[in-house]
Amino acid sequence: MRTAKDRPAPLEYNRRWSMRLWLTGVFIFLYAPLMALVAFSFNDSKRNIVWKGFTLKYYGQLFRNDDLMIAFANSLTIAFVATLLSLVLGTLAAVLLWRFRFPGKAAVEGAMALPIVVPEICMGVAMLVFFSSVVPWPNNLVWPFNLGAIIIAHVSFCFPFVAMVVRARLANFNKEQEEAAKDLGASEWQAFRDILIPHIRPALIAGALLSFTLSLDDFVITFFTSGPNTVTFPVKVYSMVRFSVTPEVNAASTMLILLTVVLMVLGALMQKSSQRRS
Amino acid sequence: MNDASPAPPKSAVKPIISFRNIVKKFGSMVAVDNVSLDIEPGEFFALLGPSGCGKTTLLRMLAGLEVPTEGEILIDGQDMRTIPANKRPVNMVFQSYAVFPHMSVADNVAYGLKIDRVPEPERKTRVQEALDLVQLGHLAARMPDQLSGGQRQRVALARALVKRPKVLLLDEPLSALDAKLREAMRFELSQLQQKVGITFIMVTHDQDEALAIASRIAVMNKGSIAQLGTPSDLYEFPASRFVADFIGSVNMFEGTLVRDEPDEAVVDCPELAPHAVHLPHAVPGKVNTPVWVAIRPEKITLHKDSGTPPTPAECPAGHNIAKGVIREISYLGDTSIFHIDTGKGNLIRVSRPNRSRWDQDSFDWKEQVWVSWAGSSPVVLLS
Repeated sequence: MRTAKDRPAPLEYNRRWSMRLWLTGVFIFLYAPLMALVAFSFNDSKRNIVWKGFTLKYYGQLFRNDDLMIAFANSLTIAFVATLLSLVLGTLAAVLLWRFRFPGKAAVEGAMALPIVVPEICMGVAMLVFFSSVVPWPNNLVWPFNLGAIIIAHVSFCFPFVAMVVRARLANFNKEQEEAAKDLGASEWQAFRDILIPHIRPALIAGALLSFTLSLDDFVITFFTSGPNTVTFPVKVYSMVRFSVTPEVNAASTMLILLTVVLMVLGALMQKSSQRRS
Repeated sequence: MNDASPAPPKSAVKPIISFRNIVKKFGSMVAVDNVSLDIEPGEFFALLGPSGCGKTTLLRMLAGLEVPTEGEILIDGQDMRTIPANKRPVNMVFQSYAVFPHMSVADNVAYGLKIDRVPEPERKTRVQEALDLVQLGHLAARMPDQLSGGQRQRVALARALVKRPKVLLLDEPLSALDAKLREAMRFELSQLQQKVGITFIMVTHDQDEALAIASRIAVMNKGSIAQLGTPSDLYEFPASRFVADFIGSVNMFEGTLVRDEPDEAVVDCPELAPHAVHLPHAVPGKVNTPVWVAIRPEKITLHKDSGTPPTPAECPAGHNIAKGVIREISYLGDTSIFHIDTGKGNLIRVSRPNRSRWDQDSFDWKEQVWVSWAGSSPVVLLS
């Protein structure tokens, strides 16, 4: 016999079968391709069309593939440097737009969002033209300076994201806190370091995470700016796919997914600890 | 005796704060309009006024958070023109308290000392002293989000006082607290001021608060000081209708000054006709010019109507009388407010303490009554 307790209450959506069905559908839609990709990285078959048995050998192959490892190192370096630069530039831009009023502020704000909305392919072509004819980046520099062009390209589309999240965080900053710091003797810089930075810390973490992952898996813009000696991980994977989709490609992609997930979890943990502190 | 705003006493004490012809404009808006003001050491001074009167701007200019458009500010004789906020010998308690949320209570209080590079052992004792002063010694390790509003305010107070400023500035210090706590904090603030012995300057829009705490008040209106004086000066001898109305509640009657002798003045108020207002002393203003008569509600007495005006026993000679009907009674517990309709315009507000639990001769709605007040009770105002 059904009692009132068995029936879902008006707001208990998660206990309705229709909602559960929908939710399951969404999860399958989102994760089935990824699961397949990960599963087939363990497939003991060169053609990788039918399941032949479990193996880890493609992961071993992956780590013995020097080109791929170099590409991976390049990607991490680029992501790291681009994130640092984006953090500094984005924070400065956000603070500038928050703190000051100046003629043309609206235009600057709009221009900042431009790299986010411009189609990636356009950005890519623009970067190609820029680095080949406007400001040619010398291509015979030693590592990691040969990555300069890619780093600059990545900063150009990463820092607006940092600026956006920092700006949103600054919107609910109580300016009296900064004034209080100055009233207590702090200089402009000390107030910035001791009061404003701790306030925007969660935004800095989120911005860094965004920048790092955007940079790490960017393909289009990087494709146009990378040279033969500056191949990144996604570009390398693409060139591998052009020959055939071997389990090695799957394994490489799985590694990339794993790295991103680890970063996300790390970021979330940092976020949580900084929220507890503020 | 009716000299409404006595000239500030020219004392030999050097003022701790001097505003000299201060003007502050925001764009075309004049926030502070030529204010000159001296504040003496040890005063608990209040800047009182409605929102937008320039009182907070004045305080912020003192702290160095705003720059005056014209004029100069002296703190302890020193011109502040070139001294930035972080180098001034004043500290402020902000309206939002502005407690740093990512620092513990002790770290909040220690912040100013750290900036000043006060060595660790001294810093620790001073922080502890300051926290004890505001009775927060036991909460030193707490984070601000674990504190109540009142406790956060104490942190802000300790944080400002620990720097041993020459003047403590308080921006609407009690406005964020609930009514009961506000009353307790009023008392505590004046206790604290006596304990530390420095000058406190408070900005408030709450006249009760200013009257209760301050030793001297500047009432501000539209960027200028409307009147400067002690709480009782302002309440009993307001200089203008604005001050009379802003501080406490008041009955205001428009009238014409018909007689002005050294021992008697008469004002004809249409609203009180046929009775004129008689005062036993000369008043400012010219005969046959319009003036305003202001009377505080608690200075008016209610009388039962027995068909004739109150007898001299109830209402001595020299008292003024008027007749009306009770239109409304608000029972406030300690007092009741009566609104008396004279039938000629405004209602007269009368407040009457509820002295006994069983009010034998209680008044009722729609009752015919007489009101009376002593001739010396009203104030005659020209503006």
